[in-house]
Amino acid sequence: MANVTLTINGQKVSVPEGITVLEAAQSHGFFVPTFCYEKDLTAPGACRICVVEIKGMRNLPPSCVTTVTPGMEIETESPAVFEARKTILELLVANHPLDCMTCEKSGSCKLQDYAYRYGVTSPTRFEGDKHKFAVDDSNPYVFRDLNKCILCGKCVATCRAVSDRNVIDFAFRGFNTKIATFMDTELKDSSCVYCNRCVAICPVGALSDKNMTGKGRGWELDKKEVTCTFCDAGCKFDVNYRDGKVVGVTANSAASGRPLCLKGRLGTEFMNNPDKTALPLINKDGEFVETSWEEALGIGPIVEKINALKK
Amino acid sequence: MQLYRAHILVCGGTGCVSSGSKAIQEALTDELVKNNLDKEVKVVETGCHGFCETGPIVIVYPEGTFYCRVSTEDVPEIIAEHLVKGRIVKRLLFKAPVTEEQVPSYKEIAFYRKQQRVALRNCGHINPDNINEYIGRDGYEALSKVLTGMTPQQVIDDMKKSGLRGRGGGGFSTGLKWQFASNSPGPKKYIICNADEGDPGAFMDRSVLEGDPHSVLEGMMIAAYAIGADEGYIYVRAEYPLAIKRLKTAIAQAEELGLLGENIMGSNFSCTLHIKEGAGAFVCGEETALMASIEGSRGMPNPRPPFPAVKGLFGKPSNINNVETYANVPIIYLHGADKFASVGTEKSKGTKVFALTGKLRNTGLAEVPMGISLREIIFDIGGGIINDKKFKAVQIGGPSGGCIPEQHLDTPVDYDSLTALGAMMGSGGLVIMDETSCMVDMARYFLDFTQKESCGKCIPCREGTKRMLEILQKICGGNGVPEDITTLETLGAVIKNTALCGLGTTAPNPVLATLRYFRDEFEAHIYDKKCPAGVCTAMLEYKIVTDNCKGCGACARVCPVGAITGEKKEPHEIDTSKCIKCGSCIEKCKFNAIVKG
Repeated sequence: MANVTLTINGQKVSVPEGITVLEAAQSHGFFVPTFCYEKDLTAPGACRICVVEIKGMRNLPPSCVTTVTPGMEIETESPAVFEARKTILELLVANHPLDCMTCEKSGSCKLQDYAYRYGVTSPTRFEGDKHKFAVDDSNPYVFRDLNKCILCGKCVATCRAVSDRNVIDFAFRGFNTKIATFMDTELKDSSCVYCNRCVAICPVGALSDKNMTGKGRGWELDKKEVTCTFCDAGCKFDVNYRDGKVVGVTANSAASGRPLCLKGRLGTEFMNNPDKTALPLINKDGEFVETSWEEALGIGPIVEKINALKK
Repeated sequence: MQLYRAHILVCGGTGCVSSGSKAIQEALTDELVKNNLDKEVKVVETGCHGFCETGPIVIVYPEGTFYCRVSTEDVPEIIAEHLVKGRIVKRLLFKAPVTEEQVPSYKEIAFYRKQQRVALRNCGHINPDNINEYIGRDGYEALSKVLTGMTPQQVIDDMKKSGLRGRGGGGFSTGLKWQFASNSPGPKKYIICNADEGDPGAFMDRSVLEGDPHSVLEGMMIAAYAIGADEGYIYVRAEYPLAIKRLKTAIAQAEELGLLGENIMGSNFSCTLHIKEGAGAFVCGEETALMASIEGSRGMPNPRPPFPAVKGLFGKPSNINNVETYANVPIIYLHGADKFASVGTEKSKGTKVFALTGKLRNTGLAEVPMGISLREIIFDIGGGIINDKKFKAVQIGGPSGGCIPEQHLDTPVDYDSLTALGAMMGSGGLVIMDETSCMVDMARYFLDFTQKESCGKCIPCREGTKRMLEILQKICGGNGVPEDITTLETLGAVIKNTALCGLGTTAPNPVLATLRYFRDEFEAHIYDKKCPAGVCTAMLEYKIVTDNCKGCGACARVCPVGAITGEKKEPHEIDTSKCIKCGSCIEKCKFNAIVKG
């Protein structure tokens, strides 16, 4: 593919034709914040935090949906861009619980990082109504606190990417907009199967994995990528270690496929179960007793035959 | 064909129907039968005449006598006097506002005299449920001209030559739009009509759909031929049941006559139309949200580019125009692009329909040539301000527009001059405000509307308009602080610069425009804790002027909370701690003894 030459923050760069301004900037090491953009999944141009200044354009265009053109002159952090981003962050912070010290996401929260970077202080200029949604603690897997939701819509996009799911979508209007299941029920009453794609993609603390709650801050955990063997999909996922001990399993990326289903996630957690057994159990007279693999699988006679042939 | 010596036209627009025109129509028919006149005189239900203020409207032709505020009791007199004896029923004529002069003829009324009706050419003149009446007024002739003698490119070239710009708000060149859609490759294209008119106080599209639905269908067919579309949608809001009903009838009749559907007029061109009813979201008037809604998704806007002309409905190239734009289309091909372009200003051609509402004598719909001054619209057509109050400002372009004060009233009305003044043409709603209107309260009202209608997708619009509204509520409540003005201005500028769609980028306009022209009113609210217009109740106090009070007790009797006390024939007093500032006492007092301030 042909290349186009353009200027980013005064620096002449050459990038492949057809890519977005965001990709161009990031590929040359320029920082551009994003909330709603997720590579290969969605770029709804919704959050407006990635706006940049492009010479000749009327407003501040969002870089995630603006395609590069030859000779473009882009400023990724001009005073107007800085002010716009800071204002957007102030608006989000004004409607956010700000319980960072107890929030599961602290340390790996985009809102926290950007608010710090752009010098947002609280109280902001925009104090007023705040959301007062009831939290959804209805199931053992996903904790939903919509008061922390910034409505980036990535959870909706990733849920929709699985054809038979599509559990959540935007509901209501204006300030009352929220992400809801069909008929706005709790997750337990929805068609959700807790694949946790949404949890893996949430940039803030609105969705968290209950199995990971209290098990360590982001910076305390080491992650190791593993391929799941529970089914032939072979998802990649992260095993999280803290002080060398496995504390939990999280989805690696929510971009494509089924990154890690409930079965894979829970099954892998048996690794740390103290009651785990090396041998199968069989129900004998209403009680589970340890037995051999041959008996459990009903292949005793075959094994005997093979062993006989070996001789 | 049955011939009649007279036609009685009864307005069947939503305005007149709500004031009882259906009953009048029935009474007229009955009365004609009673007088044995039903073979001589025909009653016709028409679309909206525009002068809704004076409804129900009845016009008797051939004279063109304009009867207003007609009731069923007036019907026997109209028949007996006008149709039997040939004498005009004078008491039902329109009275000119200032001179009180009775105006017998439709055309002589000041409201209509300065108008030039192009998009509304048939509204109020024909029966919208009868396609033959539309054809009788050269309907579908433009389509036949286009289908039999012009290539799609010639159609587009003529459209460009006409200079028609989108009447829905943006004002983009219709010819260029068609050209882009035509240039997009692909066998499947869509033609879409945006009839999701939602600005508070605007009803021009409703009137066109109710009064002349075929002009829209014909315009859409011409556009479909030009861009190569074979299927189309009319996205009409469900709150317009009469418009939907008439559109359905119109589509059925046009299909029956081969003017819609397969091989239109025997040509190779085919196009079918569907009606899609909106579900009440204002944002669905934004074209990308509208298409999402037709596709069955939640009506939320998407970033442009890609523009609909490239990737529109169901991912196919599409052309979206508004109702009024399509209604203008047939005229351009019937009389020629040059004739159309001879009206208007250099960059804004043709005429524009405005909905006049607010503190105005003559409210209703008026279609005027571009370039006319706002003063002419408000004072000549609109008849000036009611109760001889002083004009303060006009809000133009609805919740996306801005207000224009007295000193700019002589500006010629066109797309660019209005934008330069911080307002915009928008869909054409004009809300007129007088000295008793508070501009801060007005800005609050429009922001409350856009805030509630925000789809919630982008942060600047969803969170930003909410905060702007809260600040305005604070100012109106008497709790404003000096920094509020700066916050409104800076936040408004960021929203304008960063919001995703037209709703968001224009939402701060009513606030920014009022701050531009009526900053002193904001300052009075913030510094002096006074509402100069006496609207914001939190800052008002009701007082009795003892010199004027005769002690009649009328105010005390009407007060719902018993805040007024006093001896008979002695000046009364208001207990401000009990007063709820409802204003009933002021209305009741005959001696101007109660003041608020």
